[in-house]
Amino acid sequence: MAYSDKVIDHYENPRNVGTMDKEDPNVGTGLVGAPACGDVMRLQLKISDDGLIEDARFKTFGCGSAIASSSLVTEWVKGKTVDQAMTISNKDVARELSLPPVKIHCSVLAEDAIKAAIEDFKKKRAARKAQAS
Amino acid sequence: MLKLPIYMDNHATTPLDPRVLEVMLPYLREDFGNASSRNHVFGWKAEAAVKKARQQVAELIGATDQEIVFTSGATESDNLAIKGVIEYYKSKGDHIITLKTEHKAILDTCKRLERVRQERLDELKLLRLGQLAERDVSPEEVAELAAKHDLENDATYKKWAELPTGGARVTYLDVEQDGRVNLEKLEEAMTPKTVLVSIMFANNEIGVVQPVAEIGALCRKKGVLFHCDAVQGIGKVPFDVEAMKVDLASITSHKMYGPKGIGALYVRRKPRVRIAPLIDGGGHERGMRSGTLNVAAIVGFGHAAQLAREELADEAARILRLREKLRKGLTDALDMTVLNGSLEHRLPGNLNISFAHAEGESLMMGIKDVAVSSGSACTSASLEPSYVLRALGVDEELAHSSIRFGLGRFTTEEEVDFVVNLVVDKVRKLRDMSPLYEMAKEGIDLKSIEWTAH
Repeated sequence: MAYSDKVIDHYENPRNVGTMDKEDPNVGTGLVGAPACGDVMRLQLKISDDGLIEDARFKTFGCGSAIASSSLVTEWVKGKTVDQAMTISNKDVARELSLPPVKIHCSVLAEDAIKAAIEDFKKKRAARKAQAS
Repeated sequence: MLKLPIYMDNHATTPLDPRVLEVMLPYLREDFGNASSRNHVFGWKAEAAVKKARQQVAELIGATDQEIVFTSGATESDNLAIKGVIEYYKSKGDHIITLKTEHKAILDTCKRLERVRQERLDELKLLRLGQLAERDVSPEEVAELAAKHDLENDATYKKWAELPTGGARVTYLDVEQDGRVNLEKLEEAMTPKTVLVSIMFANNEIGVVQPVAEIGALCRKKGVLFHCDAVQGIGKVPFDVEAMKVDLASITSHKMYGPKGIGALYVRRKPRVRIAPLIDGGGHERGMRSGTLNVAAIVGFGHAAQLAREELADEAARILRLREKLRKGLTDALDMTVLNGSLEHRLPGNLNISFAHAEGESLMMGIKDVAVSSGSACTSASLEPSYVLRALGVDEELAHSSIRFGLGRFTTEEEVDFVVNLVVDKVRKLRDMSPLYEMAKEGIDLKSIEWTAH
């Protein structure tokens, strides 16, 4: 199977690989996929108190398309508000990377990872508020 | 000077040996005759060339030339052996025993025979239920009426169901963790209806060599025919149909440095093994496989067989040394690697290894100048990882992380050194971006996590 140039570029030069402190109250962590399926994505977002995504980091176990999808979304979410990031869809990712039909699930996973990370952040914030009151 | 790309996928196919090409060329040019033409020199030349090649192939496996049936390749040989035996011996029985780790040419042939049998039984059920209900019965009513009339215990239906169906019943045996068959389980699986055991010589993914001589002795003792898909092992490890008591063996040329599109089925003469043909026509190959012989390819196959026989011992030792260098180079430099299948009972050129937490397809993408293969689902059309690795009980994640290296006649030490360095570098790079490797290093049990399957 031939990969698109953009997939190869993200695979060879992945953006924003790394780990953030998951205990940090401003960090939301999304861990999606399953080892048995051959793809696991972890996306971490550093979100300011007013809901701006200041930084993003990922680590991915999976094929080249999965790595490229997660690398791409770290670039896209940075500087966006939480609400804006929630509107990123797997179709945008698949189109940008020219993913073939068998690799669409990689883009779905990337979308899920954004949503899971934001969900985690919101849960943390709610827990913090509950504690404060 | 190292030349890229490097070919390390010799289980898929092998390059044509230049010496083989040389002997083939005249038969693609001036010596184009039909080996069946009995009345002129063109035909005689072709016939003589085929006769010589038949002897060369026979000699490689300890057979006689009259026991070699040329086919288009091993897939055809496997089909011919299984379907041919089932059809010819249908009055004797219809049970086949094989392994879950066999090649698809065996497994899918068996599945088809199971379907044929099932379709025949479905017809018989309709017929019998029609008799019992004394009216026409539609297929949708079968389940209900079968329960009502207790069809499974109906003497007439039971008698009919024991008649030859044209299909077969099949037992797919599990293998041990090292990939080898358990001989006791094989013996237990045999029934009075068992006519054929089909077990491969060496596995195409993990290179594990089966105890063929022990299987052959057991089958002979039990009066069951033994077919061996010997594609991967022949020419790499000694194989002898007499010593191993093999009744039928599939061979292909392109896995031993010969041309593609030509193979053979060994069919034992003493004691005589019979098969029904799949392809009818001019009665070539003693009626077992009609069709004009592909003389140039047969000549190449014969020469490849002769080279394999003459060079087997030296070549196996050389390739084994390189394989071990590759294996040690990788496992010394990297942690969390798992060898899939037995190390002891293994083809010298095979290394199948899982690099935990580094996915196979992305690793292949990183080593794109090296041709290897992976058990990762991402490299296949289905979403399932390698069924062979799963049959060994290899964890799914590790199956996704497996790479098969296939070393061969033309693999050099320089290439092995290059591959070790490249693979070690890329595995480390992938693990640096793998959440699973990070978690494993932190001591988190990955099995304790509730994953979101998709």
